Amino acid sequence: MSEPLVSVTVRQREPAQRLAEREAVAASMTVERLSAFYGKFQALADLTFPIHPAAVTAVIGPSGCGKSTFIRCLNRLHELTPGARVSGRVLLDGVDIYDPAIDPARVRQLIGMVFQKPNPFPHLSVYDNVLAGIRLHRSRIPKPQADEIVERSLRAAVLWDEVKDKLGAPGSSLSGGQQQRLCIARALAIEPEVLLMDEPTSALDPIATYHIEELIAELKQRYTIVIVTHNMQQAARVADYVAFFLGGEERTGRLIEFDTAEQIFTNPKRRETEEYITGKIG
Amino acid sequence: MAMDSAPEAAYTSTTAHLAAVAERQERIRRTLEGGLAQDRRRRVREGVITSSLFLAAAISVLTTAGIIYTLGIETFHFFQRVSIVDFLTDTQWTPLFTEKHFGIAPLAVATLLVSSIAMLVSLPLGLLAAIGLAEYLPLRLARVIKPILEILAGVPTVVYGYFALLFVTPLLQRFIPNLQVFNALSAGLVMGIMILPLVASLSQDAMLAVPQSLREAAYALGATKLEVVWRVILPASLSGIVASFILAVSRAVGETMIVVIAMGNTPRLSFNPLEQMQAMTAYIVQVSLGDTPHGTLEYQTIFAVGATLFLITMVLNLLSFRLLRRFREIYQ
Repeated sequence: MSEPLVSVTVRQREPAQRLAEREAVAASMTVERLSAFYGKFQALADLTFPIHPAAVTAVIGPSGCGKSTFIRCLNRLHELTPGARVSGRVLLDGVDIYDPAIDPARVRQLIGMVFQKPNPFPHLSVYDNVLAGIRLHRSRIPKPQADEIVERSLRAAVLWDEVKDKLGAPGSSLSGGQQQRLCIARALAIEPEVLLMDEPTSALDPIATYHIEELIAELKQRYTIVIVTHNMQQAARVADYVAFFLGGEERTGRLIEFDTAEQIFTNPKRRETEEYITGKIG
Repeated sequence: MAMDSAPEAAYTSTTAHLAAVAERQERIRRTLEGGLAQDRRRRVREGVITSSLFLAAAISVLTTAGIIYTLGIETFHFFQRVSIVDFLTDTQWTPLFTEKHFGIAPLAVATLLVSSIAMLVSLPLGLLAAIGLAEYLPLRLARVIKPILEILAGVPTVVYGYFALLFVTPLLQRFIPNLQVFNALSAGLVMGIMILPLVASLSQDAMLAVPQSLREAAYALGATKLEVVWRVILPASLSGIVASFILAVSRAVGETMIVVIAMGNTPRLSFNPLEQMQAMTAYIVQVSLGDTPHGTLEYQTIFAVGATLFLITMVLNLLSFRLLRRFREIYQ
C-alpha cells in the first residue's frame, strides 16, 4: 500500500453544521502515526486521521483489519492485553493521551466505551449499574444527586421510560437492546468527552439496532462518537465520517481512505474502498 | 439595522465558541493531570496493595525455597557418605541394621505399587462419577450427590488407615486366605477411595467448562447422549481430566497415614500386593518417631528419601499445572 489517502478537502465538505460550531460542543481527537502490536505481530500500521467533534466517525473494514484494536487504542484499553503495545500519538483536544505522565485510568474517565456484547454488571441493579463509574471516584454521593445522575443518564440513553419502574432490578434482567442502552447510560454517567462504540449492535436484533442508531444520532449533538461497525448500511446510516481499514500483507491493518461518509459511499477515491463497499471484497 | 447586526452576531458566537473550547480544554487537562494529592494517595494505596499481594506470594515461594534448601543440604551430606549408584541399584534398604544397605528400590517399589492400585480404583470410578454428575444425572440429584462424594475427601486419613487395617483387610482375607495382615492391596484400595472425590470433582469441573454450544452442535448433528459425551465432551475436557489424574497420582505418592497403618513397616523388595512392605513416606515416619540423633547417617536417610519423594511429586504437579493452564486457555 502506498501513502494512506486522507482527503485534504474534508473541511470544505463538512456535513450539515460548521466544524467551528461543533468544536464548541465536543472534543476532537487526532490520531498520529498510530501503530499497535500484540507481541511481535503488528495489528495496525501508521494510522493518521482526525476524529471530528460532535460527529460520528465510523471505522469500517473486513474482519481482522484491526478495527477493534484501533478503537481500543483510543482509550488505552489495548495495553491491558499482555504483550500489547502502541506507538504514535493520540491527541484529545491537543493533549497526548499516551503521555507517560498521564494515568490511563484518567484517560478512560474522559473517553467512554460501549462493547460488542452488552456487559452490565450482573451483580448490580439498573440504578447501581449507571452509578458504577461515578462510585469509583467518589465514595459518597448524596441520594438526590445520585437520583438526578441516574435519571439524566438513562434519559440520555432513551431508556428512562422503559426502566423507571424497575431501577432496583438486576441489569441482566433487561432485554439485549435495553442492556446495551444501559451500558451507554453507564458510559454517559461519568460525562465523557468522547464515546467509543465497538460494534454496539452486532449482538442485537433489528429493532434494538434501530433504537441504538436513533440514539447515536441523538448523542452526536453533544458527544464525539467513534463507532466500529461490520455493517456498511449502518455506517451509511449513522456516520458523518468514515475511515476504511484493510488488513494488508501479514494482516496488518492500514488506513486506506478517510473522508466524509457521503464521499466514501458515493465517490470513493481508492479502488479498494469501492470494491469493499460494493461487496467485491471482504 | 439588520445589515449591522449580522456580522456582530457572528462575532459574538465565535467568541462564545472560543470560550467554550477553552473551558473544555482546561477541564480535559485538569482531569488528565489529576489532583496531585488525590493521585498520590491513589498511588500509595495501589503500592500498598501490590506489595502485600507480592508478600503473600513471596511467603509460599520462600517456604518452597526453604524446603528445597534443607532437603538439598542434608541429601548432599547423605550422598557424600553413600554412593548414588548404591542408592539407585541396591535391592535392600536396611539403614537401621548393623549391616547397612541404602537401596531406595524397596521403598520406591512399595510406593509405586500402592499408588498404582489406588489409581486403578480412583481413575475409572472418578471419571465415571464425573461423567454421571456432569452429563447424566438430573441436576437436583447431582446437587445432592456431589457434597456426599466430597465428604469422602474430608475424612481424616488416619481413619482411612484403620478402615483399611481393621475392615478391608479382614474382609479380603475371606477371599484371599494368604493375604497378610499388613498388605499393599487393601492400603491401595482404600487410598483409591480417598482420592476418588479429587478426580471426580476436578474432572467434573473440566467437563462443565465445555460450552453448551459444543454440546448443541453435536446434538444438532444427530449425536446421541453417549456420543456427545464420548466424542465431544471427553476430548474437549481431556487436558483438565488428565491434570486431575496427575494431581491424584501425586496425592497418592505422598499419602502417609494409610500406608503407615495398613501396609507395614518392613522394607522388602516385592511386587506382590498381598505382602507387607514399606512405602517411602512410611519410612520417614518410622525414623522420625525413633530417637535418631541429628547429623547421623540414619538422620540423613530421611532427607534422601524425602528429596526423592519431593522430586516425584514436584514433577507431577508441574505437569498437571501445565495441562490445567492449557485447558483454561481453550474456553474463555
